[in-house]
Amino acid sequence: MSQPNRLDRGGSIDRSRELSFTFNGQSYRGYAGDTLASALLANGVDIVNRSFKYSRPRGIVAAGAEEPNAVIQLGSTEAAQVPNVRATQQALFDGLEARSTNGWPNVQRDLMGLVGKLSGGFMPPGFYYKTFMAPASMWMTYEKFIRKGAGLGRAPAERDPDTYDHVNRHCDVLVVGAGPAGLAAALAAGRSGSLVILADEQETMGGSLLDTRELLDERPAEQWVAEVTAELEAMDNVLLLPRTTANGYHDHNFVTLHERRTEHLGETAPEHNGRRPVRSRLHRVRAGLVVLATGAHERPLVYGNNDVPGNLLAGAVSSYIRRYGVVPGSKLVLSTSNDHAYRAALDWAESGREVAAIADARAEPKGELVEQARAKGIRIIPGAAVVEARGQNRVSGARVARINIDDFRVEGDGELLECDTIASSGGYSPVIHLASHTGARPTWRDDILGFVPNMVDGVQAAGGVQGVYATPEVLVGGWTAGAEAARVAGFEALEAALPSVETRHDGEAVALYQVPHQKATLRAPKQFVDMQNDVSAAAIEVATREGFESIEHVKRYTAMGFGTDQGKLGNINGMAIAARCLGRTIPEVGTTVFRPNYTPVTFGAIVGRHCRELFDPKRYTAMHQWHVEQGAEFEDVGQWKRPWYFPRRVQGRQESMHDAVARECRAVREKVGILDASTLGKIDIQGPDAREFLGRVYTNKWAKLAPGRVRYGLMCKDDGMVFDDGTTSCLAENHFLMTTSTGGAATVLEWLEVWHQTEWPELEVYFNSVTDHWATLTVTGPEARKLMSEVTDIDLDRESFKFMDWREGKVANVPARVFRISFTGELAYEINVQANYALHVWETLFAHGEKYELTPYGTETMHVLRAEKGFIIAGQDTDGSVTPEDLGMHWAIGYDKPFSWIGKRALTRPDTARADRKQMVGLKPKDPKVILEEGAQIVFEPEHAIPMPMKGHVTSSYYSPTLDSGFALAVVKGGHQRMGETVYLPMVDGQVHEAEIVSPIFVDPKGERQNV
Amino acid sequence: MFYIYCPYCGEHREEEEFHPKGEAHIARPADPESCSDEEWGDYLFFRTNPRGIHHEMWVHAVGCRKFFNITRNTATYAILETYRMGEQPSITDDTREPLEVAQTPTETTPADNLEGVRA
Repeated sequence: MSQPNRLDRGGSIDRSRELSFTFNGQSYRGYAGDTLASALLANGVDIVNRSFKYSRPRGIVAAGAEEPNAVIQLGSTEAAQVPNVRATQQALFDGLEARSTNGWPNVQRDLMGLVGKLSGGFMPPGFYYKTFMAPASMWMTYEKFIRKGAGLGRAPAERDPDTYDHVNRHCDVLVVGAGPAGLAAALAAGRSGSLVILADEQETMGGSLLDTRELLDERPAEQWVAEVTAELEAMDNVLLLPRTTANGYHDHNFVTLHERRTEHLGETAPEHNGRRPVRSRLHRVRAGLVVLATGAHERPLVYGNNDVPGNLLAGAVSSYIRRYGVVPGSKLVLSTSNDHAYRAALDWAESGREVAAIADARAEPKGELVEQARAKGIRIIPGAAVVEARGQNRVSGARVARINIDDFRVEGDGELLECDTIASSGGYSPVIHLASHTGARPTWRDDILGFVPNMVDGVQAAGGVQGVYATPEVLVGGWTAGAEAARVAGFEALEAALPSVETRHDGEAVALYQVPHQKATLRAPKQFVDMQNDVSAAAIEVATREGFESIEHVKRYTAMGFGTDQGKLGNINGMAIAARCLGRTIPEVGTTVFRPNYTPVTFGAIVGRHCRELFDPKRYTAMHQWHVEQGAEFEDVGQWKRPWYFPRRVQGRQESMHDAVARECRAVREKVGILDASTLGKIDIQGPDAREFLGRVYTNKWAKLAPGRVRYGLMCKDDGMVFDDGTTSCLAENHFLMTTSTGGAATVLEWLEVWHQTEWPELEVYFNSVTDHWATLTVTGPEARKLMSEVTDIDLDRESFKFMDWREGKVANVPARVFRISFTGELAYEINVQANYALHVWETLFAHGEKYELTPYGTETMHVLRAEKGFIIAGQDTDGSVTPEDLGMHWAIGYDKPFSWIGKRALTRPDTARADRKQMVGLKPKDPKVILEEGAQIVFEPEHAIPMPMKGHVTSSYYSPTLDSGFALAVVKGGHQRMGETVYLPMVDGQVHEAEIVSPIFVDPKGERQNV
Repeated sequence: MFYIYCPYCGEHREEEEFHPKGEAHIARPADPESCSDEEWGDYLFFRTNPRGIHHEMWVHAVGCRKFFNITRNTATYAILETYRMGEQPSITDDTREPLEVAQTPTETTPADNLEGVRA
């Protein structure tokens, strides 16, 4: 199989290891060491994608992370699909399958392109802006069409077979980038003995040294790179991370590194000793100091049709030739504003192919590389640039003309040079993305024609990112930064030991961004600034004409620098064009903000192991296995798994939830039921001031609660709103046990702590969570005493063990605390035993309970029974806007307590004292078969025009088997004064339910049953 | 993600171990009943929202469970000090110029002065 653009020699590929791959279904061959991009270019593949907006054919432009066009979809199977892969960053492996993400029906013959051509106005600049400013329904109309056309890549629809993980790391010095600056910095820091991490996004360390023409110590640069890498690898204090991108630089020197561990080996991690290694890994690094050695990206020039395949960055041309032995064409025209880009022409000529000309924007190019080109007989056209590329699917020629940069115009018609490749260079943009993540705004420097980063504490920069490009200076800068970082970390840096590099004398560059054209920008062939988002120079000009002057607004109006591109190639050119149109300078226009992530990070790496069964901890009670064996359905309450209801099999069929709950409710009201209430929060409170403390955080009185007694308490915030409730038992004079709602346990403990630690540290009181230590078994129903008497040594006499008492004793021969409190309204015993014994106690109760038809019940029955009694659930019947008065719980408010307890003062504010506040009431639907919807709005005037004044809403609603009717708890404006009135609940489907306002206590209003 | 020094544990720990609890030094009036409604409302609901130095309360929620205070620059996110409950900050607006620690570029560009959403 031929690779027409592959040279016979050169590059660091392994020609003995041939690999096969497919692109858009077509088979090709490449070599080990290739990237997908270099292999495609070797095979002469010109079109890799269709553009986002205009569907124009696009080819490979760059050789690294800045590639805007060759963003492809990987994967041979559904599960292995990976979107948004840059072909320039994907190592070739045998069997790789890749596709364009864009283009319909295919990239070669694209019908969408026709649309783009016929109706250039389809997506004018500001399209998104205007669409989003229009009614939302318009976006719905556009969206399908845009997505189909845009082909932004897609996620796999099947489960990913790979695993990913996170590693937390600390180091003294984190070096980002392993070019000459980064290697020197890592060497300096590593030799000092400090803990170093060196990360680089490429397959191999070396950065710009991998394709440089320069010699280090009079040897090829790769040799020095190999020696340094080997030395660093051998150091115990240095961690080398190739294929690792520093994607985000967060607060306090927290940097996320995305390491691709197996993506160069296969589309899924290949098995090794029967196990699949982790595919990629997120290193969460907390660094002492960070050395940014992120280098610079070459800027393309902006000229007509600069997006036709065959237009490349000059540096990319050198990379492909020198690193991969691939010449991406046969005849080159180079358009440049600086000396450094001359390398492309020299490398091209040395590979034996023709250089048609170099168009140099400078009137008098001079410098060593210029002289070398002259010596090779390459034609140099001074004061000129490529103003327009020719060709449809591949460059066929370049129009080169003399330009006047100051006046932004072309002088003369110029000449049309035949060629198939145009390389361009407008200079270099320091890669300031990571530095920008810290919030430090970059500064423009006229001498290097680029933004350099400003530094926050704890970060240094060296090399290209600082606008330092000469290799000897870069090496020294890197070493200095690494040594200084090590010194700050407390290590002694050694004297610099760096290779000698001959200093090259370059001529001065000229500032050129958009190349003028014979026609005005709006009429000229499209001059692309941001190829990934299809933003042209004309679009930016239109934006400024429409009044968008801030560069942030221009960005949003045109979409320049959006998405996965993050403005790597286009941003500076775009700002320069905006500056030209606005008559300002680039520093006056300023720059937009770069954000994480620098390049796309796969969701797998972001999630790590925090998925599936490890997504969230699950909490189980001691009786969980018993519930499972009984066929319970479960409900999640916080992290707890609680039995929801226990369906039985009746005549071979499983009971419905409605039937099971009705049966469980009847069992409790008529016989005896048992609930696993272990999940209730339990806080052990001790200390001489415990009682005083309780009096301050609860609304009711605690001064006289004697040991052996239990009291219900309401807790408010200082705004007077209820936030939790529960019972607290006096275990001893200085010792209490507080219970909280299941979901509120952690919040309440923190609430107690904050008041103690910040307001009343003088009180001697201690809090400890004992939720998991004690299991709670609630035995409730008319037969509860009889059942309990069979299993406990506690005297259950109704006179000596009253309602709201607790006793210590044994239950099923296990030490227990038994509380006579009731959340069902029936006679009830809440048994607390050490959790490890709980299943034994539970089973013993069932062994004795059969004759009483002891019935296990779940949370749904618990809800029905408590609602029948008008007992609230904090967080369901309250929502942070409900006071104890609103709940009608005056009996639980100690207005005359000496200390102004939390919430008291607020209860007399005008708003909390209003008579028309939403107050808790019961609702009885006129039609007993109706179960009102929880959350349904209540109105007084159903005939009122929409919008009707909303007067309240339903907070809890169930079917009551005891009443054989639906019933609800609700909050209604002035509800306490509206007993007996009819309210209306208009539903979405047009039905209007009627209900009567009643007392929220539906069953046993006098509370006699719990006292029996 | 912040790197926070817990003044009780005596160690730097990741932000994940802590919860922010709002502005620090909001003392509950000693005698709430003598407060006017307006004074009580101020205590309940009104907080400063400065660009620059801010004193805020945090809790070492999954560590020692202690509450403590942080002096933080809200513009740069730099944590300037942490101190125990009951102590006073050593860094305030009065002790230093907010811009001294703001670490914004010395030369501001017109774009810096423009207000707007940076989404």
